[in-house]
Parts: sequence; structure tokens; C-alpha cells
Amino acid sequence: MDFQVVVLAGGNSKNLTPLVSKELPKPLLPVANCPVLYYVLHQLEQSNLKDLIVVVEGEDAALLVGAWISGTFIDRLHVEIAAVPEDIGTAGALRAISHHLTAKDILVVSGDLVSDVPPGALAATHRRHDAAVTTMLCSIPVSGPSESGSSGGKDKAKKLGRYNIIGLDPSKQFLLHIATEIEKDARISKRILHAVGQMEMRSDLMDAHMYAFKRSVLQEVLDVKDTFQSLKEDVLPYLVRSQLKSEALLNRTPQGEENGNEKVSSQNNQAFISRILANASTPSFHGIYSKNPDGSSSTRKTHKCCVYIASSSSYCVRLNSIQAFMDINRDVTGDADHLLSPNNIIGPSPKLGTKTTVGPNCRLGEGSEMGDKCQVKRSIIGRHCRIGSHVKVVNSVVMNHVTIGDGCIIQGSVICSNVQLQERVELKDCQVGAGFVVTAGSEYKAESLAKKEK
Amino acid sequence: MNPNPNIDFSHLCFLLFLQKSTKFFERQLSMDARRMSRAVPRVRQVGFFTPNTPAQQPQPQSAAPSSESPPLSDSPASNSLSPVMIPPPRHLSDNLGGRTAAVPVPGREISGELPTVGSYNPSESVLWLDSPPRSRIGDEELSEGAESSLGWYRRSDSAKFASSLPSGGFNLSTAKHPESVAAVEAKNPLPEQSEVQKEQASSSKPLKAKTTKAERRALQESQRAAKAASRAEANKSGTPGGAPSSKPMKQPPQKKDGPPVASSIAASERIGVDRSVEKERKKDLPPPRKQFDDESRGGRAKRRSVLNQPEARNRVELFRHLPPHKNGTQLPSLESKFFELHEKHPAVYKVGLQYLAGDLSGGNARCIAMLQAFQEAIRDYSTPPEKTLTRDLTSKIGGFVSFLIECRPLSMSMGNAIRFLKSRIARLPLTLSESEAKTTLCSDIDRFINEKIVLADKVILRHAATKIRDGDVLLTYGSSCVVEMILLYAHELGKQFRVVVVDSHPMLEGQKLLRRLVVKGLSCTYTQLNAISYVMHKVTRVFLGASSIFSNGTVYSTVGTASVAMVAHAFRVPVLVCCEAYKFHERVQLDSICFNELGDPDAISKVPGRVDVNYLDNLTDKQKENLELLNLKYDATPSDYISVIVTDYGMIPPTSVPVIVREYRKEYLLI
Repeated sequence: MDFQVVVLAGGNSKNLTPLVSKELPKPLLPVANCPVLYYVLHQLEQSNLKDLIVVVEGEDAALLVGAWISGTFIDRLHVEIAAVPEDIGTAGALRAISHHLTAKDILVVSGDLVSDVPPGALAATHRRHDAAVTTMLCSIPVSGPSESGSSGGKDKAKKLGRYNIIGLDPSKQFLLHIATEIEKDARISKRILHAVGQMEMRSDLMDAHMYAFKRSVLQEVLDVKDTFQSLKEDVLPYLVRSQLKSEALLNRTPQGEENGNEKVSSQNNQAFISRILANASTPSFHGIYSKNPDGSSSTRKTHKCCVYIASSSSYCVRLNSIQAFMDINRDVTGDADHLLSPNNIIGPSPKLGTKTTVGPNCRLGEGSEMGDKCQVKRSIIGRHCRIGSHVKVVNSVVMNHVTIGDGCIIQGSVICSNVQLQERVELKDCQVGAGFVVTAGSEYKAESLAKKEK
Repeated sequence: MNPNPNIDFSHLCFLLFLQKSTKFFERQLSMDARRMSRAVPRVRQVGFFTPNTPAQQPQPQSAAPSSESPPLSDSPASNSLSPVMIPPPRHLSDNLGGRTAAVPVPGREISGELPTVGSYNPSESVLWLDSPPRSRIGDEELSEGAESSLGWYRRSDSAKFASSLPSGGFNLSTAKHPESVAAVEAKNPLPEQSEVQKEQASSSKPLKAKTTKAERRALQESQRAAKAASRAEANKSGTPGGAPSSKPMKQPPQKKDGPPVASSIAASERIGVDRSVEKERKKDLPPPRKQFDDESRGGRAKRRSVLNQPEARNRVELFRHLPPHKNGTQLPSLESKFFELHEKHPAVYKVGLQYLAGDLSGGNARCIAMLQAFQEAIRDYSTPPEKTLTRDLTSKIGGFVSFLIECRPLSMSMGNAIRFLKSRIARLPLTLSESEAKTTLCSDIDRFINEKIVLADKVILRHAATKIRDGDVLLTYGSSCVVEMILLYAHELGKQFRVVVVDSHPMLEGQKLLRRLVVKGLSCTYTQLNAISYVMHKVTRVFLGASSIFSNGTVYSTVGTASVAMVAHAFRVPVLVCCEAYKFHERVQLDSICFNELGDPDAISKVPGRVDVNYLDNLTDKQKENLELLNLKYDATPSDYISVIVTDYGMIPPTSVPVIVREYRKEYLLI
């Protein structure tokens, strides 16, 4: 279909500090015992997109990710791993691989997107409107499990800042305004407002970081505006702002390369045909605007910024905070369990002690052992964990190779790989970084514990 | 052609529909129409086929000296006449609507002839003895069911066309080869019906006598000179003078061949020929169009289709056979499959999406968009190994077309364009390299667009502008791109006129047109279709666009066009239909029920931008079961209401459409 797919997998993320580390870059962060990148790749694979470019920040991370992909999707996907330096931003990453882009349109997907929205839908919308950029919007997920009470106090405060202010045209097909943060005042182009006549401002939608770009436009923007760092904060708003005065962005050469003698007539006919086509199609405000104001032939250059709004029933969340991580873990095992392909759901049944109960919506990885009288509810336990007796794990994520001593109580926490919890530790809403050792009898509440980096 | 019977027939159709024989009749009619449509070329083929049969027969039999006329003997006479003679009455009876009415006519001729033959012939008994086997043969031949009667209609209409054509060549060929295939075919139904007809003769006779005589006599007169001799042989009462001409001389020996054995051989040979012809005809016919209420047929198509069909609930009974509207509900599912359908070219896919989403409408625009998408697909095409370009590309285009059909049913014009493209592919010389073939095809497509659409439109402009005078008030309906161009062109010429744009829900396309016209400085009046009768008395010309024009002059266009044309007719305002000739179709259609397109039913139940008009919104599901919404897209305007058709071949009366179709098809194969 002449689409090239770029997965921006990222590398280290500051938002997820204790969870990700050098050894475990963000793309490999397990969500329900499955790296988060898997969800994106799986979704793309289901859509029959098998040639991918995965961009990873940092050489080491790229090696790790590459090893994992080749191990998991061997023979199924054709993936090129591109390592880019850290902290150059999404736009920078694209700029770095710009010379690899050849297809007519580029689909850019963020590697931390856990979604069941088919990317084809976005691509189809993009093609149908012949847009310069199409972005996917989804409704903002319900944040924070209600039962976890006070869990996300500070996360919620953060979330407020992540709201997008999005302006749509009445047909909800075109993007007229996008701003990331709530600012004191939003600047809206008068020209756009005038051309459209009516704008709908929404704050209940979220940019899902799945974009379809016209390659020529993307490359030109990246070339010309070399200070742009982020797709979302720089490139997209720029394209939206300039959609009615596109600065030679779309130097769409008219297809008819006339050959000498019949130049005039063929041009004439081209104009004729395009007029027929233009009259027959439902005009968007771009078209009307470009013809305005006096019907003169000098058309103004415009490009279209479209949106694809995912239906509210579909699942679409980005893993960009610890709270989101918890939410996704909960949803993937619960409501949105169709995201996992069947072979990932149940590992070989772990060894359970007597009177140990495992509640619903749990995942237990292979080779994990549990002592007597344990309780596991709404939690995910990774591979090869050793859990002593009288342990209670609720609403938590326990990754691989974790040792938990007897009598621990873990609530709403994330415990990374190779962590050792000695006896009678109580954790509530904590994040424990990889390789940390929690001494016996300690109690923590809403803290983030990690080994000191040397 | 007198048009009144046509109306009668359509009335009858309607009655039949009401009698709940909808589907059966529907299908029959559609087959009918197809056969009729094919009929013109078939009749013309006759000349090519004939030499085989008569060449074999006369030689062995000519020696037979007997003067008796065996069962077959009378047939040449009637046969030679039949293609010309019989049709008019059949045509008429056809119009009267009953198949039973159609039957007696040919039979009557036979019954009229048989006694005379008998009285003339010494071996009358042989004739009567022989007739039963013949009728059996007839049955055998007709064993394909309703085929015979359908064929009957077809022929009748073919002849109807034929009679309207300059029939010189045709006459000659029949005169030369009285045993022509067409003649044999025409004969087949006769025996079977002769008995039936005799019973009915008394009842049906007066009617026929009234209606047919004039026409039949006229034709008889025209034929008499050529076939005087054969006639003289057949019905002794004919003029004896014409016998000694050289051509008719061939016939008598043939007729007088005695042995019933020989005749049976001949008959069997004829059956063979007939069958092969029949087979060929079947091959010629397009596959029967899918009926969407037909479960058995729907199954396979459903499995193949990209889109799942919405269920047929809440659709008006009369129109259940039409493909349901797919917009809206189907768009997401098609979009989500975007990458899975990689065998569809992106350009084709885009066009399909635009059709489905309703972004692109209007016959010309859809056709151009489709052709340009095909062009792009052809440019990107490369023949897979071990396949030939001609075959593989044809099947590929076929796949594209079926995809587009799923998105929205094709218009006739697009069908014509596709046929053109496929014929071009099929005619590619094998010696061409792939790249050459591709460039040839692309330039062919370009030429089609330029000549058949762009240039045609320009010619139409010129023609139509001559009909606009200063002070005219022109009325147009909906938004036709040709009409728009005509108006603008006339305005550029400096003619002073006013335009009335009539529009209707739910498309409100007229507003788009109105906007463009007003911007260009034309003075316009805008009104809805409801008010048409009030504005019509001021109007001096009505310009209408068309989606297609059928062989019988019926104009197939946006729904509402027929009402406008009828009102204009009632007010004695001339109606000019502007339509490019590539939109003409050889099908014959009498109503807008058989073939039509359904629009989005929700579009008519909701009024955009009017929140207060929501009477249908809060119905419960139970109540909605009582509600059927019908949003038809097209209607058929009978040719009576059309004054003239402005086409790229000039301004023609609706009756001339078949001529254009015939001449044009020949030409566009040659492009």
C-alpha cells in the first residue's frame, strides 16, 4: 500500500525511572509478562505490515531490543533496528533515519502504545483525504483504578498537564488546533477559524502518537525546521497552524509533464478534468478557502491535517507514566485481554503451596513458586519468582526473578526484576527498581526505591 | 414506435409487482432486457452464420422432385418472412403485456398458412402427420425452460430495432438464405404454440386484427417485392408474377424436398446449430446480475466480499433485490482492513474509499477517478512470472472492479469504460513488450477520458448553447456537471438568461451548483422540488443531466429528474437532456425498480442542522420494525417526456439512441 512504518520505540524514559534501566529499556518493559513493544509489533503484524523500522534511543538499548525482536518475531517480521542518540526527540529520530524513508506515506507509531485500533484505519483516512498528516485521537483513558484509592495522587496531578486541547471542524475530520498543555491562552489562527466557520474544542481526546505523514511533507519540515525536536509538540502543531498557508510544503507538481507540442491542450484538459473532479467531490474548507475570495484562478496552497478518532469502545493507552503502567497491566489482564495473543496468556502452571489462592485477572509466569497460604489478587507475577508463605500481593506487578520472603504484604506496587524482599516487608504504592534489596521488616508507602547508580 | 404501449407495459409491471410476483417477474424482465439489449448485434450476425446450414441442405434434397410440402416446407416461407414479418405483432402484443397474448400471433400466421398449404398440396396428410414430431423437436429445443418465451421477446424486440434501422442488408441476407439461423430460431416456438393459439385464436384475433394490421401490412409491402416468389409458393393466393427471379428460385427445390427423413435430419442439424447458437448467446450475455434477496446466490458472493453486507431489515419490500447501502456502517471495517488488502492498488483503494464515504459523486467524476486509478495501477503493474500480461492484467482489473462495486454500485458509464479498457487489454498485440503495453494502455485511457468525456462535453456545450436565447429562463435539477458547463459557457457568450435551480433532499447538490453559478455572476432562482409546478410556467427550457440513457430512450438519472421532466412536459416546456454518448447503454429499461441504487436510509430520516426535526429519532426498536425507509438514488424518465438529447454526436431524439449505441460501440472498439 506504499506505506512505510516507523516504530519509535524510545529508550530510557524519565517518567518511568525506577522501572526502566540500562538493562531494561522502555520498549522491553514487561506488561503482563510481555514487553510493551510486543503490543505494537503484534498489532502491526496483524495488519499485515511486516516491514518495519524500529528506532531505539541508545546503542545498548538498540542491541537489547534487536535481540529480543529477532528472538520473538523471527521469520515473521522484517525489522530494521536503527539506533539514534539519546535525547534528540521524536522529530530528531525521524530526521536521523530520514534517508531510509522512500514510500509515499509514513506511518509513525510510538512504541509505547498499547492499543487495539487497527493502524489501517488511520492509513485509510489519510489516503482518503490525501492529507499531509493524519493523527489518531482516542478518548482519554480512565486513570487510576478506583479501588486503589489514594494511589495516584501525584500522578493525577501530572495527568492534568497532559490534556490536549484539540480543535476539530464540525465534521470531525480535520484538525484545526492542537496544544499540548493547558496554557493561559490558546492561540488560534484567525484565518483557519474564518475558513471553517465553526470549531469544536475538545479536551477529552488524547493524541495517541500514531501518525501518518506524507513523506515529502515530513522530510521537508524536518529539513527546513531543524530545531524541531518533537513530532507532537513541534511538527504537528506547525503543520496544523500552517495548513491554510502551507509554505511550498506541498509543491505537488501537476502530474501532466507536458511534452512540447500538445502542451496547451493537455494542460487545458487537465484543468478541465480536475475541475470536474473538484466539483464532484464534497469540498472541504481547504478547497473552498483555496478558491476564495473572488473566484480568481490564483489558488492558495493548503494542506490537510486530518484526524482519525478511535471509537470509544476501542482500547488505546500510552505507557508513559507509572500510573499508566499500572493501568495497562490491570486492563490487559482484565477488560482488554484480547490484546494478548493466546500463547502469552498462560505459562506453564506454577507451583502453588497449600491454601494459596490466586484470584481472577492474574497472570503467573512460568516457573514461579509460591509457598503456603498466599493470596494473589489482580496482580501479575513474572517468571521464576520465589514467593514465600503468607504473602499477600494485591494490585501489583512483580517482574521476573523476584524473591519475596515470608509474610510480605505488597499492595499497588511495582517490583522489578531481581529484587529481593526479605521477610515481613510491607509495600504500598511503591516502585522498587531492579536488583534492590529490601531489608526485613521495613515498611514503605508511596516511595520509589532503586539502587544507587554508580 | 408508438410510445403508449410502453406505458401500458410499465403499468402492468407495476400491477404484477403488487401481486407479489415481484422477484420472478423482476428477474424475467431483467433477463428480458438483457436479451433485448443483445439483440441488435445478433440479428446482424445472421448473415455470417447462415452459409453453413443451407449449403448442406439443398444439395442432396434438391433432386427430390415431389411437389408436396412437408412440415418444414412451410417454414422457410414463414421463416424468410419471420424476422421482419412477425415481430411487429409480437411487439405489440408484448406491449399489451401478456405472454399468452404474444403467443397467438405467430401461431396465427401458421394457422393461416397451414390450411392454405394443405389445400394447395396434394400431400396434406403428410403435413399433419409430421407436425407432432416437429412439435416434439420444438419441445426438446425449448427444454431449457422459459428460454423459449424469453427468446421470443428478445427476438421481437430485436426486430423492433431492426425495423427501425435501415434494413437493406438484412433483407438481402434473409432473402438469400431463407434457412438462416435466426429464421430457424424464430420458428422453434411456433409448433408448441400452435395448438394453444388455435384455442385462443378467436378471443385474441379481434384485438390483433385491430392493432397489428397496419404495421404488418406495411412491412409486408416492403418485403413483398423481395420475396414474391417464396410467397407465391407458400400461400398460393399470393401474386404469381414474381416467381421467376433468380434468388427465389433456390427456394422451391428446397421446399419441395419430399422425404420426412431428410427433413428430420435437417431439423436435427438445425437443433445442433441452434444449440450452439444458444450457447454462444449465453456466453455473450453478461452474467445475471446479483439479486440481493436471493439467498442461494448471495452466499458465495458474501464469502468473497471484502465488506460484510448489512442485513436486509427495514428495507422496502419492492426494493429488496437492490444492494443495500453501505456507507457509514461499512467504512470503519473497510478502513481497518487497509493493509490486509494489499493486492488492491492504493490508488484504486483510495477511489473505493471515496465512493464509499460519498466524497466523490457524479457520473463523470467517478468515471474519471476510476480510470485514473486504473491508469496508476497499470503503471505500477508488473507481470508475475509465468503469466501473460493480457490475462493477468484483465483478472487484476476485474478484481479492482469488483472491489469498487462493493464500495458502490457502478454506473453504466463506468461499465462502458471498463468494457473499453478490457477490450483494449485483450487486443494488445502479443509482440509488445510489457512497458510498451503499459504505455499503450495508459495513453488509451487518457484518450478515452479526453475524447469521450472532455471533448464530448465541449461539443455538448456548443450544441446546447445554440438552444439558449436571450431572455430564456432555464431550469435545471440537481447538479450536473455538463449542465453547469453549458450555463457558464452560455453566460460567457454573453447571453442573457436566468437560471432556476431545483433541488431536493437529502443530497442538496443543487446548492453546490448554485454557489458556483452565483459566484460566476449568473442570476439564479433556487427552489425545492416540491415547488416545481409553480416555477415551471415561467420556464422556457429545462436542461437535465443523465447518469445513463438506455436504448429505448429512457433516461436514467438522479431521482427527481422524472418528475421534473413530466412537469415540464405538462407545461409544454422543452426538456433537453445533456449526456455524453459514452453513457449510453444498450439495455432497455422501463422502470426504475429493476435496477437502481439505494442511498443511506438514515439520510432521509434525519435533517442535517435541524435538531427540532427529530420526529423519527426516539422510536423504540419495536416501533422501528414498522418503519421502512426508502432512499432511492435514481429514476427512469420515459422517452416521451424528453424533447431532445444533446450528445456529442449532435442533438438527437430519444429514439435515435440505439443507433448511436450501435455505431458508437463499433467505433470505440476501434479507438
